[in-house]
Amino acid sequence: MKRFKLARNIWLGIENLLLHKLRTFLTMLGVVFGVGSVVAMLSVGEGASQEALEQIRKIGSHNIIINSIKSDDETSSSTVYTRMSIYGLKYDDFARVSESNPAVKQAVPVKIINKDARFHTRRMELRVVGTTAKWFEMLDRLVVAGRVLLPRDNEKMANVVVLTEYGARRILATGNTIGENIRIGSDYFMIVGIVKSEGGMAGNIQMPDEQTDAYIPIKVARNYFGDITRKSTAGTWIREMVELHKIIVQVDSLDNVVKTANSIEAMLRRFHDKEDYQISVPLALLRQAEATKRTFNIVLGSIAAISLLVGGIGIMNIMLASVTERTREIGIRRAIGAKRGQIISQFIIETVVLSTVGGFIGIAIGVAIPWAITYFSGMPTVVTMSSIILSVGISISVGVVFGLYPAVRAANVDPIIALRHE
Amino acid sequence: MQTRDSHTSEDGFIRLTNVMKTYQMGIEQVHALAGVSVSFEKGSFWAIMGPSGSGKSTMLNILGCLDRVTSGSYVLQDEDVSTLGDDALSEHRLKHLGFIFQSFNLIPQITVQKNIELPLYYLGWDADESADRAVELAKKVGLEDRLGHKPTELSGGQMQRVAIARALANEPEILLADEPTGNLDTSTGHQIMDLICELNDLGKTIIMVTHESEIAEHAGYNLHMRDGLIERIKENRQ
Ligand SMILES: Nc1ncnc2c1ncn2[C@@H]1O[C@H](COP(=O)(O)OP(=O)(O)OP(=O)(O)O)[C@@H](O)[C@H]1O
Ligand SMILES: [Mg+2]
Repeated sequence: MKRFKLARNIWLGIENLLLHKLRTFLTMLGVVFGVGSVVAMLSVGEGASQEALEQIRKIGSHNIIINSIKSDDETSSSTVYTRMSIYGLKYDDFARVSESNPAVKQAVPVKIINKDARFHTRRMELRVVGTTAKWFEMLDRLVVAGRVLLPRDNEKMANVVVLTEYGARRILATGNTIGENIRIGSDYFMIVGIVKSEGGMAGNIQMPDEQTDAYIPIKVARNYFGDITRKSTAGTWIREMVELHKIIVQVDSLDNVVKTANSIEAMLRRFHDKEDYQISVPLALLRQAEATKRTFNIVLGSIAAISLLVGGIGIMNIMLASVTERTREIGIRRAIGAKRGQIISQFIIETVVLSTVGGFIGIAIGVAIPWAITYFSGMPTVVTMSSIILSVGISISVGVVFGLYPAVRAANVDPIIALRHE
Repeated sequence: MQTRDSHTSEDGFIRLTNVMKTYQMGIEQVHALAGVSVSFEKGSFWAIMGPSGSGKSTMLNILGCLDRVTSGSYVLQDEDVSTLGDDALSEHRLKHLGFIFQSFNLIPQITVQKNIELPLYYLGWDADESADRAVELAKKVGLEDRLGHKPTELSGGQMQRVAIARALANEPEILLADEPTGNLDTSTGHQIMDLICELNDLGKTIIMVTHESEIAEHAGYNLHMRDGLIERIKENRQ
């Protein structure tokens, strides 16, 4: 066997397969469709899960988000006379959340105020977030110009504002207008920076900076604007008192995220008689996305396994027929001095060439389909290198597994009987 | 009778001793060879004759390492091959033996050239070397202009020449032919016999099965078989 060269054997296999082009092509189809569907479906699953992961990453997988919500039985705390609803997270909640649990690395309070603003001649209502410097540590956003809020801004109660790119565009501020003043409510704030913001949802969690225009120090916000807002709903003015709209909590390690969320929930329940808060855990979504992907892959894997099994049996069937048809050829090769192993490898190589070529055609189809899906529907798809390597591996294995039996049959042909065979 | 004794001597180039080949047919045993002892000298030319079913092909298959003896021993070039395994027998066929068959046994899908190159492929020769050798062999049998043809495009005589060229590719010491002219008309048969005689003149040991006494006359020895036994051996004086 030492000089029995592989390249020549592969070439011999190709020559034999080319003797029956149509038959070879039809035999390949099972593997073509099997591999094609594996690659295509994996890329759809991968695209969906990568998109979800990217969204979750933008919120921060270590973060827990607590939102104030108006609970259904909120009316109990508002009187007809004052028409004021009081609900949501309290400053005390923030203090308790940041200090009570050792797994909490840091937490940031968030106050959301809608205020009329003016910049040069432009006037509009801005959605202003009062927060601290930690916000920018916990949500990883690109600083486009200037700087973000710093701890000293809150300490000194500085009248500074950081615009989001989105807000800057709305109010017509640019990197060049840093240092200029913007009027929010009835006070003036100096623009110190512009940061990027993210929108959209990760699962059912809204991005914390969705549609946010500006950030100011929370102490300043509380001092100037207070905790009471007036909203016009269905023609009547409703006053609301909400101390904090959100608390974002960062946990020290991924292992502690879910545990910490549970203990925060237990603690909040003790201090709130109504459920006027909601806890969202991006990590839970991540886990859910991974579980979905896993299920998806198992289902896909089974479909692929079945189609490849069918394809493989098709190949085996044709190869068995081919062995019978070529009994005399096998006898001649054996009489001339070919060893059993050489006959086995001849037939295995032929099947592997068949299944591998089918696999490559399948990969081409499997890459083209997701491309077309993305092109026509905009749905994200990702063809990973590992899915292609997996497909090549599967195609070769199909050839080996389903080629083995016909090859052994070929090698066991008795040359004397084969040569008599007319 | 004195010739017969010399062919059962102990020091033959090819030697069969008490060879039996038995087939089990249901409960009945068929002795295709029923105790054959004979030795063939290097460079000799033998024609094996006898009625149908007398065991000629069986003996040739055993000599050609295609089949194994049921009992007895077969010594080929000083090696007892009766106990060798399948791979070792293949190795013997590949390196030392050439076969010529009644029905040519060329592979119909591949060209004459590829057919001639077949043993070289299993010997591990380079593609270029084997191509050169195939051309040389085709010239020797007068078919250099047919190398690109498929065997089915050739006449019977031409096919048998290709088969001879293929049998010579590995430069075997021994050529085994089972009715090489059986499928050919008389004049083509004679041309093939001339080729075979030439090879014997070049020193190859040739053992050939034939029905035709006219063909058998070309051989140095005629071995007659009957019922799986050697009936007589006759030396032809040229
Ligand atoms: N595989 C087999 N199974 C059973 N019996 C067999 C087998 N091969 C040969 N025989 C028997 O062995 C005997 C000798 O057969 P063999 O082929 O050697 O005859 P032969 O002399 O070559 O005849 P022919 O001139 O017709 O070719 C025959 O009786 C045949 O039936
Ligand atoms: Mg016969």
